Amino acid sequence: MTLKINWFKYASPASFYPLAGKMIPWFAAASALLFAVGLYWSFFKTPEVLSEQKQYYKIIFIHVPVVWMGMWLYLVMVVWSAIGLIFNTRLSFMMSAAIAPTGALFTFLGLLTGAIWGKTSWGTWWDWDPRLTSFLILLFLYIGYMALQSAIDDTRRSDRASALLLIVGMALIPVIYWSVNCPDPAQCTALHQRSGLGKIEGNILFAMLTMTLAVWMYSFVSILMRLRNIILERERNKDWVAQLPEVAQ
Amino acid sequence: MFSVFFTIVRRDVLLAMRRRTDVLTTLFFFIIVVSLFPLGIGAEKNTLRHIAPGVVWIAALLASMLALERLFENDYADGTLEQMLIAPQSLSVIVAAKVLTHWLLTGLPIVLIAPLVGLQYYLPSEAVVTMTQALMLGTPVLSLIGAIGAALTLGLRGGGILLSLLILPLYIPVLVYGAGAIAASMMAKAPVQPYFMLLGAFLILALIFAPWATAAALRISSE
Repeated sequence: MTLKINWFKYASPASFYPLAGKMIPWFAAASALLFAVGLYWSFFKTPEVLSEQKQYYKIIFIHVPVVWMGMWLYLVMVVWSAIGLIFNTRLSFMMSAAIAPTGALFTFLGLLTGAIWGKTSWGTWWDWDPRLTSFLILLFLYIGYMALQSAIDDTRRSDRASALLLIVGMALIPVIYWSVNCPDPAQCTALHQRSGLGKIEGNILFAMLTMTLAVWMYSFVSILMRLRNIILERERNKDWVAQLPEVAQ
Repeated sequence: MFSVFFTIVRRDVLLAMRRRTDVLTTLFFFIIVVSLFPLGIGAEKNTLRHIAPGVVWIAALLASMLALERLFENDYADGTLEQMLIAPQSLSVIVAAKVLTHWLLTGLPIVLIAPLVGLQYYLPSEAVVTMTQALMLGTPVLSLIGAIGAALTLGLRGGGILLSLLILPLYIPVLVYGAGAIAASMMAKAPVQPYFMLLGAFLILALIFAPWATAAALRISSE
């Protein structure tokens, strides 16, 4: 007995649109639940002091999840764009386009929460630390993608051109990251604080991972909602859109 | 393969020589930008020496980027580009020829004028030599990476400013190590060779992949 799944069935906007509609409430509920647990845990169950940092270190429970999600979403965008170029599926490009604003938002929030944390902890809003610099560059890459996407009117060209830009960007990210981290190749020591998940206190780790999952679920909700809008906008002249209950009235 | 390469190079150089102002504008843009910094910052000798590496490279990458808009624009407007797309010869080779010409007309003049900047910024002679060498290795990378952006933004309104958004973040590694090489040459006992090796590695990788990516971008832009 083999279960045969047609993976390409949901590559069609017409069949993915209702599926996305069904998934959104579940992800929204999961996100709300995880945010509730994560915020409760990070406020009340974690230690008040972390090494020499007082309560203000608790911004970490927002900062780390949004930073992770900002980086992760760029990778997801690249993967969808590559899939779109390889299999020529329109929905994959729409997915990339839907992810970009959420990814850029998280990258910006990462910089913002980092700045607030830095002001309290280091006494400065901004420092040309490799982590901060590379995150600023990631924000530039998101903005470049969205600018190219919106500058081209023809959707087929804008999809494919911005997908190629993403792939070129992804190929260069390791080089950019390395050049920012190690501007002097003759003496490159570890500039990063090495942190292993194993060394973190259990409650902090639990709160952080819960918050990360919550942010992830929120990303699903916002991305799927945006994707549904993009599908409707692009397929507005198709029959199946005209037959939708929310469109037909 | 080589005949089409040299034909394109000869044609583009000839076309540029018929309109010399285009080449000179880029060069003078570079000179003006570099000359503005001492006016804004003050002509203190040590400060100027300190900022020279960064200033030279930023001026070079802005000049190279401004000229990128013209890389495919004329061919696109008069239909030559379509002929290149359907030509039996490999599009990557044609692109490589066009990028080489772009570098000959914008990068090379900057490399040649760079010693003058050395005088403006009171650089010691070894730093001037290093600067010329680093620019020689680095500016072709700028042209190669920039060509991808030029192909992606082909024929768009406001293409120039968009191009800068797409391309400037990708220029960072060349900027960091190009400026680093010049800075290292002014310090005692700082080896310059690692910088040259990294810039050389970037050049080789860009030579291999950039024409290919540019060709793909051109096909997307003009289908």
